[in-house]
Amino acid sequence: MSRTGVFICHCGTNIAAVVDIAKVVEKAKSMPNVVYVEDNKYTCSEPGQQAIKDAIVKHKLDRIVIGSCSPRMHEPTFRKMLASTEINPYMLEIANLREQCSWVHTDREKATDKAIDLVRMAVAKVAKNHALFTSSIPVTKRALVVGGGIAGIQAALDIADAGYPVTLVEREPSLGGKMVMLDKTFPTMDCSACICTPKMVDAGQHPNITVMTSCEVEKVSGYIGNFEVTIRQKATYVDHSVCTGCGICELKCPSKVTSEFEQGMAQRRAIYKPFPQAVPAKPVIDAANCRKLNGKAKCGICQTQCPQGCINFEDEDKLITNTYGAIVIATGYELIDWKSIYGEYGGGQYPDVINGLQFERLVNASGPTEGHILRPSDGKEPKSVVIVKCVGSRDPNKGKGYCSRACCMYAAKHAHQVLEKIDNAQCYVFYIDVRTAGKAYEEFYTRTLEDGAIYVRGRVSKIYEEDGKLICKGEDTLSGQTVSVAADMVVLETAMVPAAGVEKVATLMTISRDNDNWLQEAHPKLRPVETHTAGVFLAGVCQGPKDIPDTVAQASASAAKVCGIFSKAELQTNPMISKVDIEKCSGCGDCAGICPYKAISMQDMEFIEHGKKITRRVSTVNSGLCQGCGACVAGCRPGAIDLLGFTNAQILEEVDALCL
Amino acid sequence: MVERNLTEAIAKNKANIDAIQAKSGVDLKECYQCGKCSAGCSMAAGMDLKPREVVRYLQLGLWDDVLKSNSPWICASCHTCVARCPHNVDIPSLMEAVRQEAKRQGIVPVKEVDVFTNVFIDSVKKNGKLHDLMLTGMYNMKSGHLMQDAWAGAPMLKSGKVGLRPHTVKDKEAVRRLIKNSLKRGESK
Repeated sequence: MSRTGVFICHCGTNIAAVVDIAKVVEKAKSMPNVVYVEDNKYTCSEPGQQAIKDAIVKHKLDRIVIGSCSPRMHEPTFRKMLASTEINPYMLEIANLREQCSWVHTDREKATDKAIDLVRMAVAKVAKNHALFTSSIPVTKRALVVGGGIAGIQAALDIADAGYPVTLVEREPSLGGKMVMLDKTFPTMDCSACICTPKMVDAGQHPNITVMTSCEVEKVSGYIGNFEVTIRQKATYVDHSVCTGCGICELKCPSKVTSEFEQGMAQRRAIYKPFPQAVPAKPVIDAANCRKLNGKAKCGICQTQCPQGCINFEDEDKLITNTYGAIVIATGYELIDWKSIYGEYGGGQYPDVINGLQFERLVNASGPTEGHILRPSDGKEPKSVVIVKCVGSRDPNKGKGYCSRACCMYAAKHAHQVLEKIDNAQCYVFYIDVRTAGKAYEEFYTRTLEDGAIYVRGRVSKIYEEDGKLICKGEDTLSGQTVSVAADMVVLETAMVPAAGVEKVATLMTISRDNDNWLQEAHPKLRPVETHTAGVFLAGVCQGPKDIPDTVAQASASAAKVCGIFSKAELQTNPMISKVDIEKCSGCGDCAGICPYKAISMQDMEFIEHGKKITRRVSTVNSGLCQGCGACVAGCRPGAIDLLGFTNAQILEEVDALCL
Repeated sequence: MVERNLTEAIAKNKANIDAIQAKSGVDLKECYQCGKCSAGCSMAAGMDLKPREVVRYLQLGLWDDVLKSNSPWICASCHTCVARCPHNVDIPSLMEAVRQEAKRQGIVPVKEVDVFTNVFIDSVKKNGKLHDLMLTGMYNMKSGHLMQDAWAGAPMLKSGKVGLRPHTVKDKEAVRRLIKNSLKRGESK
């Protein structure tokens, strides 16, 4: 006969306002095996937990049911509490009276009835619980960071400085990401390259960091502590172990291609370094545009000119496999393709309507115009510049519903730069709201107003060309007047969207995405860098739009989480995993095919049947890989697999309690 | 400028504004007043309340101002505003709902629009399709703009752009039924 204790939580008024707690307590007293019932204002609080501990001793309880919030947050809390008592932490069941009852119902009577049912089911289930014990697995103390922008660099440096080896994977030929493209950073107006490139060099030279550029993650298997990752090293056709980065090949290459780094406003060669401060400072060949590799000509000039002989046209993609204990994802963002959605802004037919990143390159001293703000169309200095905010952001009809968070500040920065660099310039900023939540941000915006930027509250409705001017029509909604500005150049501050290919990364690591494809953190407030896959962390904009300070803070936070894992010699595994009854197993192997974590394999085992020794194939579960999803249980035809903690017997008991 | 009492306005007009939202299918809360509609509106110059202001006045409960406004009557339903609106607010539908409600209460701020609509429907009812000469003639008479566009009559008649006799359709009764049914439907909506 088991002795169950039931503890009902008010959760302040979260549960108590809708559910009649006294009635639930009263009903629980007469449920089978229940010997003690109590209610608390906050069961998760220290006094609440102590009350459970005291009751366990006083009433000799051996099973606990807690009627409270979702087990997602506080099941671990209560398990930890039980670990310090006589009771096994898995002799616990939680009836979710908040998320699945009080928060979603308004009818007090019906909600109370439902709460009683939920508690009754938990009481029935806990009677069939068995003590479960965790086992431990070793940890590979090596981290993988995916994405070599400022988030990935910062995370890699922090982990490496703590003494652990890190592999930093970047798909482009250089580290640096978006930050290295920027000119200045708000609100201090530091030169972006001056603060970003030293970090790139640090990462490149750090003894604990292996930088792998032109690489992409191809395959991920395993689990926290032991991820087996296959990385594709794309063919670069240049032997970087010999190349000195002298740059002769780049000078001699005859193929000119639009530069991605300069946002299409300059050209590069087919053999190229994306920008002068690239890390590694060595070129790669862009096979699609190389005359020799795409078969359009014999060429091969770079090969004949290279003093080190490091050009190898036979280079091929390589697959490199290694084991990692933890993974940080920092795949970043790109700007929304405004041209395909904003026909009213010309849809790209006017060369002087540019996006924010193009403006960054225009105003950058190492950019295509050497830092002079000149119109892309005719190279003249624009005297009147219009900046349009929220292009693609806060526009669920054409773009994205969310606010991209950084644009208000960099729009102010762009306005400041226009007014600073161009004599007698006029700068108009069309906005809907000005959002400057950040240290010294409001002051920066105010300074831009003092510089003379004219803020017009309204969205630009149309941009068209007339007499060599770009006419921007909008409404100043504060004065109620429709207005037009004849501009020489228009800068659209476009929305951030997740970097292309984020779906593939998310699928590889089995992490979820939100409606806009941003990677989903485990909890929006309390677990902002973790994902639902243990051992995989998020850093930077891949999780949602943010500026550089927040990106760096999140990167360091994810590094701290990785170091936390690496500080332990072994990790505890979740004991709520599948268990095969080999007597019942028919060896069909369906479960092995169903398992999404590749945790089930088939093995030959010897049995004695009718006095004879026979060999039979049965399935076995790898306790490190199994995540306890239960798919195999549902798929097993002989009913040989059970999920510990959710056994068929437990679930039937719950169903009986509800229906009989 | 008169100070407007918003507490009173919202209390008094909530039912009217809810009804106009239900009828037009527009959720006024969707609008964040960016003004993209007003700036792109080809008729805004003639409106006393620009499209954005119509939405704003309704958000604030200033129902009477909107009812008396000429904007719903001036709106040409070209849908440029909807195409550009970040929140897909169907302003022409809103304008139409206001216009119908105003007319029901006998408020017709732009007489010409009302006259034109009536004459147009009458012409279609009579002939099963539009007769231009009758339309312009009746409109000029009823609106009081007797000589409006009269200069164009002779050249257009001469070149055959308009005819003295109306073109008709085979089944005029069917067209009449169509108009009757849609009017009835509009009433019940």
